[in-house]
Amino acid sequence: MTVWDSLVGQRHAVTALQDAARGQGMTHAWLFTGPPGSGRSNAALAFAAALQCGEQGCGGCDDCTEVLAGAHPDVTLRRTEKVIITVDEARRWVRDAGLMPVRHRWQIIIVEDADRLHERANNALLKAIEEPTPRTVWMLCAPQPEDVLATIRSRTRHVSLATPTAEDVAGFLVERHGVSEERAAHAARASQGHIGRARALAMEEETRNRRREVVSLPPRLTTLGACLQAAANIVDIAKAEAEAQTDAQHAKELRDLEVLYGADRKARSLRSAKAAERELAEQHKLRLKRKVLDAVDRQLTELLSVYRDVLVVQTGAGSHLVNEEQRPELSELARRTTPEGTLHRIDAIGAAREQILEFNVPPLLALESMMVALRG
Amino acid sequence: MWNPDATMAPRQAPRSAPAPSPLGSVTLVTGPEELLNDRVVRAARNAVLKADPEAESHDTAGEQLTMATLGELAAPSLFSSTRCVAVHRLEDAPDEVHDGLVDYASSPDPDVALVLVHSGGQRGSGLLNRLRKLPTVHEHKSEAVKGRGFAQFAVDEAGTHRAVLEPEAADALVEAVGGDLRALAAAVDQLAHDFPGRRLDLDLVRRYFSGRADVKGFEIADHALYGRTSQALEELRWALDTGVGGPYVTASFASAVRQLARYKAAARGLRDADLAREVGVPPWKLRTLRDQAKAWDEQGLATAIRAVASADADVKGAGGDPAYALERMVLTVSRARVER
Ligand SMILES: [Zn+2]
Repeated sequence: MTVWDSLVGQRHAVTALQDAARGQGMTHAWLFTGPPGSGRSNAALAFAAALQCGEQGCGGCDDCTEVLAGAHPDVTLRRTEKVIITVDEARRWVRDAGLMPVRHRWQIIIVEDADRLHERANNALLKAIEEPTPRTVWMLCAPQPEDVLATIRSRTRHVSLATPTAEDVAGFLVERHGVSEERAAHAARASQGHIGRARALAMEEETRNRRREVVSLPPRLTTLGACLQAAANIVDIAKAEAEAQTDAQHAKELRDLEVLYGADRKARSLRSAKAAERELAEQHKLRLKRKVLDAVDRQLTELLSVYRDVLVVQTGAGSHLVNEEQRPELSELARRTTPEGTLHRIDAIGAAREQILEFNVPPLLALESMMVALRG
Repeated sequence: MWNPDATMAPRQAPRSAPAPSPLGSVTLVTGPEELLNDRVVRAARNAVLKADPEAESHDTAGEQLTMATLGELAAPSLFSSTRCVAVHRLEDAPDEVHDGLVDYASSPDPDVALVLVHSGGQRGSGLLNRLRKLPTVHEHKSEAVKGRGFAQFAVDEAGTHRAVLEPEAADALVEAVGGDLRALAAAVDQLAHDFPGRRLDLDLVRRYFSGRADVKGFEIADHALYGRTSQALEELRWALDTGVGGPYVTASFASAVRQLARYKAAARGLRDADLAREVGVPPWKLRTLRDQAKAWDEQGLATAIRAVASADADVKGAGGDPAYALERMVLTVSRARVER
C-alpha cells in the first residue's frame, strides 16, 4: 500500500505528483485545487510523504507514516478556524518555513485554506515563494485557482483534482473500509464525490439518519409552521454534528492545558494559565462556529441534491437520481410543482448559502427565509 | 501647573493635595474605576510633556516589573531624558520587587515621573501602605461609583464640558446607557457636542437615548408589524442617527417576525402558558402578538421573513447603502400586511 492509494479517482494528478517526487518537474511552490471533499489536503499530504520518503511514498516507512499522521517534524499543515488568514500569521509561517529541515530532505508547509489569505497575507507569502530557500516547499490548497492571487498562481505549479466518480468512491469504500457494495453505492451517490462525507455516510449510522431527515424535508414544506420548524431542525442538527466532531478534541486540549499548568502552582503562573484558558475557549468557540457553518452548508448541499433530482424527473434529463431511494416522493413533488419553480428553489438555496457563508447572516434567519421560498 | 483634579469629576476628587509636578515624585493612583485612573495617568503624562515636549512615555504592567526594569528606572540616565513611566495593575507586581520600588520611591529621579496605578482591593495593600508613608508619594484615590453616584457623575461630567445636565435628565441617561462610566462619559460628550449651549433636560435626553439599541430595534419592528410605516421610518432614522447599528435593527426584526410567525403557526386552542412556550415568548407578549396577528397571513409573513434576511445580508456588506436597505426592509414588512 503506497501513499497514493487514498487519493480516489485522481489518476491524472497522481501521475504528475509521482513524476515530481522522482525529480521530474519538481518545484518549490504547488497549488492544489479541487471541489470540497475531492481531497486537496490529502493529495498535498501524500505528495509531502512521497517527497520525504526514500522510495517516493512507500507508505510503510517512518517518514511516510509520520507525514500522513501529521507528526513529521518537517511537514507542517497550516489550517485555520478563522474566516481570514492575517498577515501576522502568514509572516510567522514564512519565518518557520525558512528553517532547515530537521531530517534530510525538505521543509514542507501545506496551507489548507489558501483562499482565506488576506490580501496582505498573500503578499507576505508571495515574497517567500518568489525567493524560496533551497529546501523549502510550499503547498497551497484552494477550491479554485482563481481563489488565490494571480501573482501567486503564476509562481506555483498547479495540480487540479477532479470530482471522483461514484464508481471510484464506491470502489474505495469497499476495498479500503470493507463496506458492503450496496451501502457503498448509496454513500457514493449521496456524497456526490465528497470522499470524507462518503466515508461518514458509509460508516456511521447517525450520519445516515441525519441525512435522511434532511432529504425528506422538501415534500413536507407546505405550511409556514413546517418551514420554521424545518429551519430550526437544520440548525439543531448542525449544532449536534459540530459538537460531536469537536467535543473530544476540545476536552483533550483542555486536559493538556491543565497538565501543562497544573504542575506549577505559583500564583503568577496562575494568571497566565487563566489567560491561556481564555484563549483556548475563544479558539474552541471559533472552531465550533466554523464546524456549525460547515454542517449547515453540507445540509444545504443535501437539500440541493433533492431539488436537482426533482428537476431531473421534471425535465426527463438523465435517469440517475442522487436520492434514488426516495424516487416515489420526489416524483410526487415533481408532479405538484413546475420546473421554473424548482429552479427558483435551487436559487433560494444558493442565496441562503451565500447569506450565511459570505455575509454572516445568522443561520436560523437565512434558513427560515430559504424554507419559506421552498414552500409549495 | 499640574492639577489632575481638574480632569476628574469633583465628586471623585482625590483626597490629598496635588503635587506641584509629577516629575521627581511618585504619583500613586488607587481605586477601582479604570476611567478615573486613566484620566490621572493621562494628566500626569500631559504635565510631563508640557515640562519637556521631548519626554518619553512608557506603560508597563505590574506583573512585568523586575529588579532589572526597576534598576533602569532608578539609574541616572546617560542622556538624562525626561520620562513618564506608568505602571498599571500595581497589585500584580511580584513580591521580590516591592523593596526596590519603595527604595526608589523614597528618592525618585528628578527627571522621571513614576505613576503607579492600583485597582483597589486587598492585594498588594502592604506595598501601598509602605508607599503612602513616603513624603515623595502623592496619592489620588477614587471610590467605586455606585447607585446615585452614576447620575452625579454624569452631571459633573457635563460640567467639564461647560454644559448643564438636569438631575432628572441624568437619571434617564443612566437608565438608558447603564452604569458604566466610560459609556456615560461618551454619552454626555455626545450630548454636549450635539447641543452646544443648550440645557440638557429630560425631554432631550429621552428623545436622544430612548432605550438601548436592541430595545430601539424592537420598537421599530413593532411599528412595522402594526403597519405604522411612517413612525417606523422616523424611529429608524433616529436610531441610525444615534449610532444604533444596522445588524441590531435586523436582528430585532428577525426575532419579532419569527415570534409572530410562530404564533400564527401554533396550534389553536392551547392554554396561554403552553402557547407562550411554543412561540418562545413571555406570556405577557401574547396579547401583543394576538393583536398584531389579525393583519397578517402566512404569505405576508413569508414575504417579511425574506425581506429581513436579505436586509441583514445587506447591512453586513451584501448591498450598497445600509440605511437604504433598512428603509426598504421596513417598507416591505409593513406593506406585507393584509389590507383591511
Ligand atoms: Zn516511505
